[in-house]
Amino acid sequence: MPRASFELHDVCAGPDADPILRTISLALPCRGVTALAGPSGAGKSSLLRLLNRLADPVEGHVEFAGRDLRAWDPVELRRRVAMVFQRPPIFPGTVLDNLRVARAEIDERDAVAALEWVGLDPVMAARAAGDLSGGEAQRMCFARALLTEPDVLLADEPTASLDGAARRTIEDLGRRLAADDTPIIWVSHDVDQLRRLADHVVVLVAGRVIATGSLGELDRHPDALVRELVGAP
Amino acid sequence: MIALLGASGETDIGLVGMAASGLLVAVALAVSMWRRLGLERSLLWSCLRALVQLLVVGSALQLIVDPGDPLIYSGLWLVVMISLAGYTTWKRAAGVPAVLPLSLVAYASSATVTLGVLFGFGVYDMEGRTIVPLAGIVVGNSLSATVLVSRRLFAAADDHRHLIEGRLALGLSAAEAFQPDLREALRTALVPQIETTKAVGIIALPGAMVGLILAGVDPVEAVRVQLSVMYLVLGSVATTTAVMSLGISRQLFTSAHQLKRFELVDRPAG
Repeated sequence: MPRASFELHDVCAGPDADPILRTISLALPCRGVTALAGPSGAGKSSLLRLLNRLADPVEGHVEFAGRDLRAWDPVELRRRVAMVFQRPPIFPGTVLDNLRVARAEIDERDAVAALEWVGLDPVMAARAAGDLSGGEAQRMCFARALLTEPDVLLADEPTASLDGAARRTIEDLGRRLAADDTPIIWVSHDVDQLRRLADHVVVLVAGRVIATGSLGELDRHPDALVRELVGAP
Repeated sequence: MIALLGASGETDIGLVGMAASGLLVAVALAVSMWRRLGLERSLLWSCLRALVQLLVVGSALQLIVDPGDPLIYSGLWLVVMISLAGYTTWKRAAGVPAVLPLSLVAYASSATVTLGVLFGFGVYDMEGRTIVPLAGIVVGNSLSATVLVSRRLFAAADDHRHLIEGRLALGLSAAEAFQPDLREALRTALVPQIETTKAVGIIALPGAMVGLILAGVDPVEAVRVQLSVMYLVLGSVATTTAVMSLGISRQLFTSAHQLKRFELVDRPAG
Protein backbone atom coordinates (compact mmCIF):
# COMPACT_ATOMS: atom_id res chain seq x y z
CA MET A 1 0.00 0.00 0.00
CA PRO A 2 1.47 3.41 -0.90
CA ARG A 3 2.31 5.58 2.09
CA ALA A 4 0.23 8.62 2.91
CA SER A 5 1.98 11.83 2.04
CA PHE A 6 1.33 15.54 1.95
CA GLU A 7 1.06 17.61 -1.17
CA LEU A 8 1.03 21.39 -1.12
CA HIS A 9 -0.41 23.18 -4.14
CA ASP A 10 0.41 26.90 -4.61
CA VAL A 11 0.18 27.49 -0.88
CA CYS A 12 0.47 30.97 0.59
CA ALA A 13 0.11 31.50 4.34
CA GLY A 14 0.25 34.39 6.77
CA PRO A 15 -1.06 37.93 6.46
CA ASP A 16 -1.66 39.24 2.92
CA ALA A 17 0.59 42.23 3.50
CA ASP A 18 3.50 40.09 4.68
CA PRO A 19 3.02 36.42 3.74
CA ILE A 20 5.07 33.87 5.65
CA LEU A 21 4.81 31.20 2.96
CA ARG A 22 4.89 32.31 -0.67
CA THR A 23 3.32 30.09 -3.33
CA ILE A 24 4.74 26.76 -2.24
CA SER A 25 4.12 23.62 -4.26
CA LEU A 26 5.71 20.58 -2.71
CA ALA A 27 5.34 16.87 -2.16
CA LEU A 28 6.28 15.83 1.36
CA PRO A 29 6.97 12.13 1.62
CA CYS A 30 5.92 10.36 4.81
CA ARG A 31 8.85 8.01 5.33
CA GLY A 32 11.68 8.08 7.81
CA VAL A 33 12.54 11.55 9.07
CA THR A 34 11.83 14.47 6.76
CA ALA A 35 13.50 17.62 8.05
CA LEU A 36 12.26 21.14 7.35
CA ALA A 37 15.43 23.19 7.46
CA GLY A 38 16.22 26.86 7.09
CA PRO A 39 16.99 29.98 9.09
CA SER A 40 14.65 31.36 11.78
CA GLY A 41 11.62 33.05 10.24
CA ALA A 42 11.80 31.01 7.04
CA GLY A 43 8.27 29.67 7.57
CA LYS A 44 9.10 26.12 8.77
CA SER A 45 6.73 26.09 11.75
CA SER A 46 4.03 27.87 9.74
CA LEU A 47 4.26 25.15 7.12
CA LEU A 48 4.02 22.44 9.78
CA ARG A 49 0.87 24.00 11.28
CA LEU A 50 -0.83 23.74 7.89
CA LEU A 51 -0.38 19.97 7.84
CA ASN A 52 -2.72 19.23 10.78
CA ARG A 53 -4.90 22.29 10.11
CA LEU A 54 -3.98 24.25 13.20
CA ALA A 55 -3.90 26.94 10.51
CA ASP A 56 -5.18 27.19 6.94
CA PRO A 57 -3.43 28.64 3.89
CA VAL A 58 -4.79 31.93 2.57
CA GLU A 59 -4.26 30.63 -0.95
CA GLY A 60 -3.78 27.19 -2.46
CA HIS A 61 -4.56 23.92 -0.74
CA VAL A 62 -2.94 20.99 1.04
CA GLU A 63 -3.69 17.29 0.50
CA PHE A 64 -3.05 14.38 2.81
CA ALA A 65 -3.32 10.81 1.52
CA GLY A 66 -4.69 12.20 -1.73
CA ARG A 67 -7.53 14.13 -0.06
CA ASP A 68 -7.86 17.88 0.36
CA LEU A 69 -7.39 18.65 4.06
CA ARG A 70 -10.62 20.66 4.04
CA ALA A 71 -12.48 17.45 3.24
CA TRP A 72 -11.17 15.77 6.41
CA ASP A 73 -12.90 16.04 9.76
CA PRO A 74 -10.28 18.20 11.56
CA VAL A 75 -10.55 16.14 14.76
CA GLU A 76 -9.95 12.86 12.89
CA LEU A 77 -7.14 14.44 10.84
CA ARG A 78 -5.30 15.57 13.98
CA ARG A 79 -5.41 12.10 15.46
CA ARG A 80 -3.85 10.72 12.27
CA VAL A 81 -1.38 13.61 12.00
CA ALA A 82 -0.13 14.11 15.56
CA MET A 83 2.12 16.95 16.66
CA VAL A 84 4.66 17.77 19.33
CA PHE A 85 5.67 21.36 20.00
CA GLN A 86 8.79 23.30 20.86
CA ARG A 87 7.22 24.32 24.18
CA PRO A 88 5.63 21.15 25.62
CA PRO A 89 2.00 21.83 26.56
CA ILE A 90 1.76 20.46 30.10
CA PHE A 91 -1.81 20.06 31.26
CA PRO A 92 -2.73 20.23 34.96
CA GLY A 93 -2.55 17.00 36.96
CA THR A 94 -0.34 13.95 36.84
CA VAL A 95 1.52 12.41 33.93
CA LEU A 96 -1.30 9.84 33.69
CA ASP A 97 -3.87 12.69 33.56
CA ASN A 98 -1.89 14.13 30.67
CA LEU A 99 -1.91 10.80 28.82
CA ARG A 100 -5.67 10.59 29.34
CA VAL A 101 -6.17 13.81 27.38
CA ALA A 102 -5.04 11.85 24.32
CA ARG A 103 -6.86 8.64 25.24
CA ALA A 104 -9.49 9.02 27.95
CA GLU A 105 -9.99 5.31 28.55
CA ILE A 106 -6.29 4.37 28.76
CA ASP A 107 -5.61 1.48 31.14
CA GLU A 108 -2.56 1.07 33.33
CA ARG A 109 -0.85 -1.42 31.01
CA ASP A 110 -1.06 0.93 28.01
CA ALA A 111 0.12 3.86 30.11
CA VAL A 112 3.15 1.88 31.29
CA ALA A 113 3.91 0.77 27.73
CA ALA A 114 3.64 4.36 26.42
CA LEU A 115 5.98 5.71 29.10
CA GLU A 116 8.50 2.89 28.64
CA TRP A 117 8.49 3.46 24.89
CA VAL A 118 9.73 7.01 25.37
CA GLY A 119 12.22 5.97 28.05
CA LEU A 120 10.33 7.25 31.09
CA ASP A 121 10.09 5.21 34.29
CA PRO A 122 6.46 3.99 34.61
CA VAL A 123 6.37 5.15 38.26
CA MET A 124 6.33 8.65 36.82
CA ALA A 125 2.69 8.13 35.85
CA ALA A 126 1.66 9.31 39.32
CA ARG A 127 3.97 12.33 39.36
CA ALA A 128 2.71 15.88 38.86
CA ALA A 129 3.40 16.68 35.21
CA GLY A 130 4.48 20.19 36.17
CA ASP A 131 7.42 18.72 38.13
CA LEU A 132 9.02 17.04 35.10
CA SER A 133 12.29 18.33 33.67
CA GLY A 134 12.22 19.82 30.17
CA GLY A 135 13.44 16.58 28.57
CA GLU A 136 11.02 14.41 30.56
CA ALA A 137 8.13 16.71 29.71
CA GLN A 138 8.95 16.51 26.02
CA ARG A 139 9.15 12.71 26.18
CA MET A 140 5.77 12.65 27.92
CA CYS A 141 4.43 14.76 25.06
CA PHE A 142 5.78 12.23 22.54
CA ALA A 143 4.10 9.43 24.51
CA ARG A 144 0.85 11.38 24.61
CA ALA A 145 0.92 12.10 20.89
CA LEU A 146 1.68 8.46 20.07
CA LEU A 147 -1.36 7.31 22.05
CA THR A 148 -3.51 8.69 19.23
CA GLU A 149 -1.83 6.04 17.00
CA PRO A 150 -0.93 8.56 14.28
CA ASP A 151 0.04 7.81 10.68
CA VAL A 152 2.65 10.56 10.87
CA LEU A 153 4.14 12.76 13.59
CA LEU A 154 4.89 16.46 13.19
CA ALA A 155 7.70 17.72 15.45
CA ASP A 156 8.13 21.49 15.73
CA GLU A 157 11.70 22.02 17.01
CA PRO A 158 11.09 19.62 19.89
CA THR A 159 14.64 19.96 21.23
CA ALA A 160 15.04 23.73 20.90
CA SER A 161 14.82 24.41 24.64
CA LEU A 162 16.69 21.28 25.83
CA ASP A 163 20.30 20.73 26.85
CA GLY A 164 22.67 18.35 25.04
CA ALA A 165 21.82 15.08 26.81
CA ALA A 166 18.06 15.62 26.71
CA ARG A 167 18.35 16.66 23.05
CA ARG A 168 20.11 13.42 22.15
CA THR A 169 17.45 11.39 23.98
CA ILE A 170 14.67 13.04 21.97
CA GLU A 171 16.60 12.56 18.73
CA ASP A 172 17.09 8.86 19.51
CA LEU A 173 13.38 8.62 20.19
CA GLY A 174 12.67 10.24 16.83
CA ARG A 175 14.93 7.77 15.01
CA ARG A 176 13.34 4.79 16.80
CA LEU A 177 9.87 6.03 15.90
CA ALA A 178 10.78 6.46 12.25
CA ALA A 179 12.33 3.00 12.23
CA ASP A 180 9.18 1.64 13.90
CA ASP A 181 7.05 2.86 11.00
CA THR A 182 5.92 6.23 12.34
CA PRO A 183 7.33 8.75 9.88
CA ILE A 184 8.22 12.17 11.26
CA ILE A 185 8.30 15.63 9.75
CA TRP A 186 10.81 17.43 11.96
CA VAL A 187 11.45 21.17 12.00
CA SER A 188 15.00 22.12 12.91
CA HIS A 189 17.41 24.92 12.32
CA ASP A 190 20.21 22.99 14.04
CA VAL A 191 22.51 21.82 11.25
CA ASP A 192 24.21 19.14 13.36
CA GLN A 193 20.84 17.69 14.34
CA LEU A 194 19.75 17.77 10.72
CA ARG A 195 22.72 15.65 9.72
CA ARG A 196 22.15 13.18 12.56
CA LEU A 197 18.44 12.74 11.81
CA ALA A 198 17.27 13.53 8.33
CA ASP A 199 16.52 11.04 5.58
CA HIS A 200 15.01 13.74 3.42
CA VAL A 201 15.38 17.52 3.67
CA VAL A 202 13.23 20.46 2.55
CA VAL A 203 15.10 23.77 2.68
CA LEU A 204 13.06 26.93 3.17
CA VAL A 205 14.29 30.49 2.95
CA ALA A 206 12.03 33.56 3.31
CA GLY A 207 8.85 31.55 2.81
CA ARG A 208 9.99 29.71 -0.30
CA VAL A 209 11.28 26.17 -0.84
CA ILE A 210 14.70 26.52 -2.40
CA ALA A 211 15.72 22.84 -2.41
CA THR A 212 14.56 19.33 -1.53
CA GLY A 213 16.36 16.00 -1.52
CA SER A 214 18.48 13.65 0.54
CA LEU A 215 21.49 14.99 2.44
CA GLY A 216 23.76 13.40 -0.16
CA GLU A 217 21.97 15.21 -2.96
CA LEU A 218 21.87 18.55 -1.16
CA ASP A 219 25.56 18.34 -0.25
CA ARG A 220 26.23 18.63 -3.98
CA HIS A 221 23.61 21.34 -4.62
CA PRO A 222 24.85 24.16 -6.89
CA ASP A 223 23.47 26.86 -4.53
CA ALA A 224 26.04 27.65 -1.82
CA LEU A 225 23.27 28.79 0.55
CA VAL A 226 21.62 25.37 0.37
CA ARG A 227 24.93 23.64 1.06
CA GLU A 228 25.50 25.98 4.02
CA LEU A 229 22.01 25.40 5.46
CA VAL A 230 22.40 21.60 5.36
CA GLY A 231 25.96 21.79 6.71
CA ALA A 232 27.58 20.21 3.65
CA PRO A 233 31.11 19.06 4.49
CA MET B 1 -47.31 35.58 46.21
CA ILE B 2 -45.09 38.12 47.81
CA ALA B 3 -47.08 41.26 48.60
CA LEU B 4 -45.20 44.49 48.31
CA LEU B 5 -48.17 46.45 49.58
CA GLY B 6 -49.58 46.34 53.03
CA ALA B 7 -46.78 48.08 54.85
CA SER B 8 -47.52 48.42 58.52
CA GLY B 9 -46.32 52.00 58.52
CA GLU B 10 -44.98 54.65 56.25
CA THR B 11 -41.63 56.37 56.23
CA ASP B 12 -41.71 59.86 54.80
CA ILE B 13 -38.24 61.28 54.82
CA GLY B 14 -39.23 64.67 53.45
CA LEU B 15 -36.92 67.43 52.29
CA VAL B 16 -35.68 68.22 55.79
CA GLY B 17 -34.87 64.54 56.38
CA MET B 18 -33.01 64.33 53.06
CA ALA B 19 -31.03 67.45 53.93
CA ALA B 20 -30.19 65.99 57.34
CA SER B 21 -28.99 62.71 55.81
CA GLY B 22 -26.90 64.85 53.50
CA LEU B 23 -24.99 65.95 56.59
CA LEU B 24 -23.36 62.53 56.48
CA VAL B 25 -21.69 63.62 53.26
CA ALA B 26 -20.10 66.37 55.33
CA VAL B 27 -18.56 63.66 57.51
CA ALA B 28 -16.97 62.08 54.45
CA LEU B 29 -15.78 65.49 53.29
CA ALA B 30 -14.30 66.17 56.71
CA VAL B 31 -12.37 62.90 56.63
CA SER B 32 -11.05 63.72 53.16
CA MET B 33 -9.93 67.19 54.24
CA TRP B 34 -8.51 65.97 57.55
CA ARG B 35 -6.35 63.28 55.95
CA ARG B 36 -5.72 65.43 52.83
CA LEU B 37 -7.12 62.76 50.51
CA GLY B 38 -8.03 65.30 47.83
CA LEU B 39 -11.38 63.60 47.27
CA GLU B 40 -13.64 66.55 48.11
CA ARG B 41 -14.57 67.48 44.54
CA SER B 42 -15.06 63.86 43.59
CA LEU B 43 -17.24 63.22 46.66
CA LEU B 44 -19.46 66.24 46.03
CA TRP B 45 -19.75 65.47 42.35
CA SER B 46 -20.71 61.81 42.96
CA CYS B 47 -23.35 62.77 45.56
CA LEU B 48 -24.82 65.45 43.31
CA ARG B 49 -24.82 63.12 40.35
CA ALA B 50 -26.54 60.35 42.34
CA LEU B 51 -29.16 62.86 43.50
CA VAL B 52 -29.97 64.02 39.97
CA GLN B 53 -29.89 60.51 38.47
CA LEU B 54 -32.19 59.08 41.12
CA LEU B 55 -34.60 62.02 40.88
CA VAL B 56 -34.81 61.56 37.12
CA VAL B 57 -35.25 57.79 37.46
CA GLY B 58 -37.84 58.25 40.21
CA SER B 59 -39.83 60.65 38.06
CA ALA B 60 -39.60 58.34 35.09
CA LEU B 61 -40.62 55.34 37.19
CA GLN B 62 -43.73 57.22 38.33
CA LEU B 63 -44.87 57.20 34.73
CA ILE B 64 -44.85 53.42 34.47
CA VAL B 65 -45.47 51.92 37.90
CA ASP B 66 -49.16 52.73 38.25
CA PRO B 67 -51.23 49.58 37.86
CA GLY B 68 -53.16 51.22 35.05
CA ASP B 69 -50.10 52.00 32.95
CA PRO B 70 -49.66 49.79 29.88
CA LEU B 71 -46.92 47.14 30.19
CA ILE B 72 -45.40 48.31 26.92
CA TYR B 73 -43.73 51.18 28.80
CA SER B 74 -42.08 48.71 31.17
CA GLY B 75 -40.99 46.67 28.17
CA LEU B 76 -39.44 49.74 26.57
CA TRP B 77 -37.64 50.52 29.85
CA LEU B 78 -36.30 46.98 29.86
CA VAL B 79 -35.04 47.36 26.27
CA VAL B 80 -33.24 50.60 27.19
CA MET B 81 -31.64 48.95 30.26
CA ILE B 82 -30.42 45.97 28.27
CA SER B 83 -29.07 48.23 25.51
CA LEU B 84 -27.15 50.36 28.02
CA ALA B 85 -25.78 47.25 29.74
CA GLY B 86 -24.68 45.90 26.34
CA TYR B 87 -22.97 49.19 25.53
CA THR B 88 -21.20 49.26 28.91
CA THR B 89 -20.05 45.65 28.46
CA TRP B 90 -18.72 46.50 25.00
CA LYS B 91 -16.79 49.47 26.42
CA ARG B 92 -15.30 47.54 29.33
CA ALA B 93 -14.51 44.30 27.50
CA ALA B 94 -12.45 45.97 24.81
CA GLY B 95 -11.51 43.82 21.84
CA VAL B 96 -13.60 40.79 22.74
CA PRO B 97 -15.11 39.58 19.45
CA ALA B 98 -18.84 40.21 18.93
CA VAL B 99 -19.15 41.34 22.54
CA LEU B 100 -22.02 43.77 21.87
CA PRO B 101 -24.47 41.40 20.15
CA LEU B 102 -23.49 38.57 22.50
CA SER B 103 -24.05 40.64 25.63
CA LEU B 104 -27.42 41.87 24.34
CA VAL B 105 -28.46 38.25 23.80
CA ALA B 106 -27.07 37.26 27.22
CA TYR B 107 -28.92 40.01 29.13
CA ALA B 108 -32.13 39.39 27.20
CA SER B 109 -31.89 35.62 27.83
CA SER B 110 -31.22 36.18 31.50
CA ALA B 111 -34.17 38.57 31.85
CA THR B 112 -36.44 36.16 29.99
CA VAL B 113 -35.44 33.13 32.09
CA THR B 114 -35.39 34.75 35.53
CA LEU B 115 -38.40 37.01 35.12
CA GLY B 116 -40.18 34.16 33.37
CA VAL B 117 -39.75 32.01 36.48
CA LEU B 118 -40.79 34.77 38.90
CA PHE B 119 -43.85 35.80 36.94
CA GLY B 120 -44.61 32.33 35.58
CA PHE B 121 -44.85 30.87 39.08
CA GLY B 122 -46.76 33.91 40.29
CA VAL B 123 -44.08 34.99 42.78
CA TYR B 124 -44.85 38.58 41.79
CA ASP B 125 -47.68 40.14 39.82
CA MET B 126 -46.56 41.12 36.34
CA GLU B 127 -46.94 44.89 36.36
CA GLY B 128 -44.79 47.93 35.88
CA ARG B 129 -43.88 48.25 39.55
CA THR B 130 -42.39 44.74 39.54
CA ILE B 131 -41.04 44.33 35.99
CA VAL B 132 -38.76 47.36 35.99
CA PRO B 133 -37.10 46.95 39.42
CA LEU B 134 -36.66 43.21 39.00
CA ALA B 135 -35.22 43.65 35.51
CA GLY B 136 -32.93 46.30 36.95
CA ILE B 137 -31.67 43.79 39.49
CA VAL B 138 -31.13 41.16 36.77
CA VAL B 139 -29.19 43.45 34.45
CA GLY B 140 -27.37 45.51 37.08
CA ASN B 141 -26.05 42.55 39.02
CA SER B 142 -25.06 40.62 35.90
CA LEU B 143 -23.04 43.45 34.40
CA SER B 144 -19.75 43.11 36.25
CA ALA B 145 -19.81 39.28 36.07
CA THR B 146 -20.47 39.47 32.32
CA VAL B 147 -17.60 41.88 31.75
CA LEU B 148 -15.36 39.72 33.92
CA VAL B 149 -16.16 36.47 32.14
CA SER B 150 -15.72 38.11 28.74
CA ARG B 151 -12.31 39.51 29.58
CA ARG B 152 -11.15 36.31 31.27
CA LEU B 153 -12.11 34.12 28.31
CA PHE B 154 -10.49 36.45 25.82
CA ALA B 155 -7.30 36.68 27.88
CA ALA B 156 -7.23 32.90 28.41
CA ALA B 157 -7.39 32.29 24.66
CA ASP B 158 -4.19 34.29 24.31
CA ASP B 159 -2.36 33.35 27.54
CA HIS B 160 -3.12 29.62 27.19
CA ARG B 161 -2.83 29.39 23.42
CA HIS B 162 -0.12 26.71 23.61
CA LEU B 163 -2.26 24.55 25.93
CA ILE B 164 -5.40 24.96 23.85
CA GLU B 165 -3.55 24.17 20.62
CA GLY B 166 -1.87 21.28 22.43
CA ARG B 167 -5.30 19.77 23.11
CA LEU B 168 -6.53 20.51 19.57
CA ALA B 169 -3.44 18.76 18.18
CA LEU B 170 -4.38 15.66 20.18
CA GLY B 171 -7.70 15.49 18.35
CA LEU B 172 -9.91 17.26 20.87
CA SER B 173 -12.74 19.43 19.56
CA ALA B 174 -12.65 23.19 20.13
CA ALA B 175 -15.25 22.89 22.90
CA GLU B 176 -13.21 20.18 24.66
CA ALA B 177 -9.94 22.04 24.20
CA PHE B 178 -11.36 25.24 25.72
CA GLN B 179 -13.37 23.55 28.48
CA PRO B 180 -10.82 24.08 31.30
CA ASP B 181 -10.58 27.82 30.56
CA LEU B 182 -14.35 28.12 30.22
CA ARG B 183 -14.87 26.39 33.56
CA GLU B 184 -12.31 28.61 35.28
CA ALA B 185 -13.78 31.83 33.87
CA LEU B 186 -17.31 30.84 34.91
CA ARG B 187 -16.14 29.91 38.40
CA THR B 188 -14.35 33.25 38.74
CA ALA B 189 -17.51 35.09 37.76
CA LEU B 190 -19.91 33.07 39.93
CA VAL B 191 -17.95 32.43 43.12
CA PRO B 192 -18.12 36.06 44.40
CA GLN B 193 -21.90 35.99 44.01
CA ILE B 194 -22.11 32.68 45.86
CA GLU B 195 -19.91 34.06 48.65
CA THR B 196 -22.06 37.18 48.89
CA THR B 197 -25.16 35.02 49.14
CA LYS B 198 -23.56 32.99 51.94
CA ALA B 199 -22.69 36.10 53.94
CA VAL B 200 -26.14 37.65 53.74
CA GLY B 201 -27.66 38.26 57.16
CA ILE B 202 -24.37 37.60 58.96
CA ILE B 203 -21.94 40.18 57.66
CA ALA B 204 -24.31 42.41 55.75
CA LEU B 205 -28.00 43.22 55.63
CA PRO B 206 -28.93 43.46 51.97
CA GLY B 207 -30.22 46.68 50.45
CA ALA B 208 -33.68 45.59 49.38
CA MET B 209 -34.45 44.23 52.84
CA VAL B 210 -33.14 47.32 54.62
CA GLY B 211 -35.10 49.55 52.25
CA LEU B 212 -38.34 47.68 52.91
CA ILE B 213 -37.86 47.67 56.68
CA LEU B 214 -37.09 51.40 56.64
CA ALA B 215 -40.22 51.89 54.57
CA GLY B 216 -42.20 50.20 57.35
CA VAL B 217 -42.67 46.71 55.90
CA ASP B 218 -42.84 43.78 58.33
CA PRO B 219 -39.26 42.30 58.60
CA VAL B 220 -40.45 38.76 57.82
CA GLU B 221 -42.11 40.04 54.69
CA ALA B 222 -38.92 41.97 53.85
CA VAL B 223 -36.88 38.77 54.25
CA ARG B 224 -39.14 36.93 51.82
CA VAL B 225 -38.68 39.67 49.25
CA GLN B 226 -34.94 39.71 49.86
CA LEU B 227 -34.66 35.94 49.40
CA SER B 228 -36.47 36.08 46.09
CA VAL B 229 -34.16 38.93 45.01
CA MET B 230 -31.01 37.01 46.00
CA TYR B 231 -32.06 33.91 44.11
CA LEU B 232 -32.96 36.15 41.20
CA VAL B 233 -29.46 37.65 41.24
CA LEU B 234 -27.81 34.20 41.39
CA GLY B 235 -29.97 32.90 38.56
CA SER B 236 -29.42 35.97 36.42
CA VAL B 237 -25.63 36.02 36.89
CA ALA B 238 -25.43 32.30 36.09
CA THR B 239 -27.62 32.63 32.99
CA THR B 240 -25.88 35.73 31.64
CA THR B 241 -22.37 34.40 32.13
CA ALA B 242 -23.27 30.97 30.71
CA VAL B 243 -24.78 32.48 27.54
CA MET B 244 -21.90 34.94 27.22
CA SER B 245 -19.17 32.36 27.71
CA LEU B 246 -20.68 29.92 25.22
CA GLY B 247 -21.08 32.72 22.69
CA ILE B 248 -17.51 33.97 23.13
CA SER B 249 -16.12 30.43 22.94
CA ARG B 250 -17.73 30.02 19.55
CA GLN B 251 -16.23 33.31 18.40
CA LEU B 252 -12.72 32.26 19.40
CA PHE B 253 -12.60 29.20 17.13
CA THR B 254 -13.19 28.57 13.43
CA SER B 255 -15.50 25.85 12.19
CA ALA B 256 -12.33 23.77 11.59
CA HIS B 257 -11.59 23.84 15.36
CA GLN B 258 -8.74 26.34 14.97
CA LEU B 259 -8.03 28.96 17.62
CA LYS B 260 -8.26 32.34 15.89
CA ARG B 261 -5.79 35.14 16.42
CA PHE B 262 -7.11 38.50 17.53
CA GLU B 263 -5.58 41.94 17.54
CA LEU B 264 -6.10 43.71 20.85
CA VAL B 265 -8.24 46.80 20.39
CA ASP B 266 -7.20 49.82 22.42
CA ARG B 267 -10.55 51.10 23.58
CA PRO B 268 -10.73 53.27 26.69
CA ALA B 269 -12.68 51.68 29.52
CA GLY B 270 -15.78 53.65 30.34
